[in-house]
Amino acid sequence: MADIFDLATTNLLSPVILFFVLGVAAALARSDLSVPEAAAKTLSLYLLFAIGFKGGASVAAHGVDARLIASLGAGVVLSFFLPFIAFGLLRVMTNLNRLDAAAVAAHYGSISIVTFVAATSVLESRLIDSEGYMVAVAAMMEAPAILSALWLVARGAPDGGRMDATLLREIMLNGSIVLLVGSFAIGAITGQDGLEKIASFIVAPFTGVLCLFLLDMGLVAGRGLREVRGQISMATVAFAVLMPLIGSTIGLGFGLLIGLSAGGVALMMVLSASASYIAVPAAMRVALPEANPSIYLTLSLGVTFPFNLTIGIPLYVAVASAIVGVN
Amino acid sequence: METHKAKRVAIIIEAPMERRLTNALTEAGVQGYSILPVLGGSGRSGQWTREGQVGRSGMMQVVCIIRPERLDTLLEAAFKVVERHMGVVTVSDCEVLRAERF
Repeated sequence: MADIFDLATTNLLSPVILFFVLGVAAALARSDLSVPEAAAKTLSLYLLFAIGFKGGASVAAHGVDARLIASLGAGVVLSFFLPFIAFGLLRVMTNLNRLDAAAVAAHYGSISIVTFVAATSVLESRLIDSEGYMVAVAAMMEAPAILSALWLVARGAPDGGRMDATLLREIMLNGSIVLLVGSFAIGAITGQDGLEKIASFIVAPFTGVLCLFLLDMGLVAGRGLREVRGQISMATVAFAVLMPLIGSTIGLGFGLLIGLSAGGVALMMVLSASASYIAVPAAMRVALPEANPSIYLTLSLGVTFPFNLTIGIPLYVAVASAIVGVN
Repeated sequence: METHKAKRVAIIIEAPMERRLTNALTEAGVQGYSILPVLGGSGRSGQWTREGQVGRSGMMQVVCIIRPERLDTLLEAAFKVVERHMGVVTVSDCEVLRAERF
């Protein structure tokens, strides 16, 4: 328990978290502080490029084993499966209709790559190793949840959800996934030599860029919270805190079953606990346009993301370290 | 200078639907259009801004100038795409200098 408290305190007082808090506070105080859209997208591209490349280089250094295949499979299963738990919880805990509940559930089966990036940053600061291929697991978990959500909607109303070849292609070839997987592949091909050549660009400035990006995330989350104040019930907010805990517990089980390292288990927990706010919202606007975007965006970005960033990540890292042990 | 009557159709639509709309317009024989980013706004779902967004979110505006006789075809094609989605479709009269281009 003392370890968890120590890790949580260290995490809360890290520049990364404090910049996120600054963003939320500035938005709530109606400051005119803002990050231009193009700059925010550039920061996002940098983080995806860096995390993908480093993951690939790590795989090149440590080799490929059966756990990689098992982890990828686990990621797909989790992404398919978690929306059903989220949907059930929402229908029991809240008064959301079937459509809104399914749209929210899709977000909780998919992942937040920024939460994943923040978790890898915490692991690196604690000198805890993790499997580089967890980046690929993250990419695998983006899309299946969307199919589960559409199936949940279709069960209640056959013409409720819309999935066509164009949407499927857009989801699978989403720019974030292409860059993440592409950088991972290039990192795996070029290995440590490739990493050394661009280390000054993707290693040293990484935390600083992450701080700036989380400032932007804080601003976006703060604006969202300001807009929906009073519109979302406490039970719905409670779901957004409970679901990451349930997801991370299931992720813990999968990580232990596969035999991942402490860092790998922590990242599997983070992926299972996080909720998408980039890929899935866009897919939901196409497939389920009648679902209310302010509900799923607020829960994902305004509640679950800050929860994972401040309390979740230290908790998951501490639990994984305690159970698996750190070398 | 001689001018010719035309219709200006402006469609504000969610960014993820932009490509579907422009594909539908092309299939309906619309030869030209312009796409403009919408910086922010307010509507039934509350206020929103494009600032800081990293996903394919927010709204876009697709503007086309066409001959009046082609208006119904365009609107039918556009409506099939925008029917279930947030957005605004407006039609206004305008005049152009080179009618053969529209």
